[in-house]
Amino acid sequence: MSKSTLGRLALVLVVLGVAGGLVLFYLSGPNRLPREAVAALPEGDAARGERMFWAAGCTSCHTRPGAKGDAILELAGGLELKTPFGTFVAPNISSDQQDGIGGWSAGDFANAMLRGVAPDGSHYYPAFPYASYARMRPADIVDLYAFMRTLPAVAGVAPGHKLAFPFTIRRGLGLWKQLYLDPEPVIALGPDADEKTRAGRYLVEGPGHCGECHTPRALTGGLKTQAWLAGAVAAEGDGIVPNITPGEGGLSWSAGDIAYYLESGFTPDFDTVGGAMVAVQKNMARLPAEDREAIAAYLKAVPPRPNGYPVRN
Amino acid sequence: MKRVFLAGALLAVTASLSFAGPVEDRQAVMKAMGKALGPLAAIAKGENAFDAGVVEQNLTALNEAAQKLDVAVLFPEGSTAGETAALPAIWENMADFQERADKLKADVADVASSMPADQAGVQAALGRIGQNCGGCHENYRMKKN
Repeated sequence: MSKSTLGRLALVLVVLGVAGGLVLFYLSGPNRLPREAVAALPEGDAARGERMFWAAGCTSCHTRPGAKGDAILELAGGLELKTPFGTFVAPNISSDQQDGIGGWSAGDFANAMLRGVAPDGSHYYPAFPYASYARMRPADIVDLYAFMRTLPAVAGVAPGHKLAFPFTIRRGLGLWKQLYLDPEPVIALGPDADEKTRAGRYLVEGPGHCGECHTPRALTGGLKTQAWLAGAVAAEGDGIVPNITPGEGGLSWSAGDIAYYLESGFTPDFDTVGGAMVAVQKNMARLPAEDREAIAAYLKAVPPRPNGYPVRN
Repeated sequence: MKRVFLAGALLAVTASLSFAGPVEDRQAVMKAMGKALGPLAAIAKGENAFDAGVVEQNLTALNEAAQKLDVAVLFPEGSTAGETAALPAIWENMADFQERADKLKADVADVASSMPADQAGVQAALGRIGQNCGGCHENYRMKKN
């Protein structure tokens, strides 16, 4: 190979490398909501927003660990989520101007919830379940925003995440979002599906973000939607999160059983709610009965799947 | 030497025997509580009509089972071997665990001392008792299958 051929080859490689880098840089950038979409956001209603607040389960992670009673409305953060990627620490999302999100506009809030983008343009880690919240209606987002502004301001910044390289590079999350951020419903419902089932799909796939724990994840951390709600190895510890499809190993409960479980914590086989689901069930208990019935109707309608976690001895 | 070995073996057997007991015993207590809760939940849910006899029988059984929840006996240090969903957090937070067990016993005894008179009463009773179940299972139980 002559010197000039080598030189040309090197030049081609450099050009390709730069071009590839530019494409990656472009693809990994923050994908904010269009300006018109932010401008078109309606005024939120705090009373309606409370329902979204419980449906979205904000307290389960953002309440100071161990808080009880009304103190669960102090969203100071601090809960640690130990995952294979490292330890995520839930931030302060109280209405504090400096330490919380009290200084945010409705547009900032919508960009966080629907696009996983912070006001400074950086990406949030999907431990904040925006991949589910992305399916929420803008009207519900601003209602939630209005309600959260009525909650107490709590000073104090929670410690930062403790992650291993390369997960420390937030820019890379832009590529993750190209793969996994999709506001479309996961489960296609036929034209004969009733209103209740559709309402349940919205609550489960969107604000309820049930799939974030009940669906197994790929090595990338993205949800394997072909095993939607099939159960998964718990992100923390050595337990499992159960299969809640009507498949083998999944829920054999009636719709009434599911709704009563979400209301009371009692299973039809005379057991009770446990683990991380306790906080979720308490939130669900605060919803109107029709919401729990809708969730139950949807869970009866999702495709049955075998357990999404490996068999143990 | 042989004697030492035998003594050691005997000790090991005794130790494993005493560890085999509490797991099964506490599971039996939990199952007994669950069994009594079933008919009560059916009334609370409206699946079955209110029946004072059923309520009294099952609340009494629930109370009897709950009062058997002796933490020192059923949850001795190190009883984590075998088929158990009990988490090590129990022994790391024994004071809290004990307090929660005492609260459950007190709440169930209180409910059983003045039997609910209608469906709403059963719902309220289960609501109060259920708080205790979830409160403990949240941090101290992890199902593995």
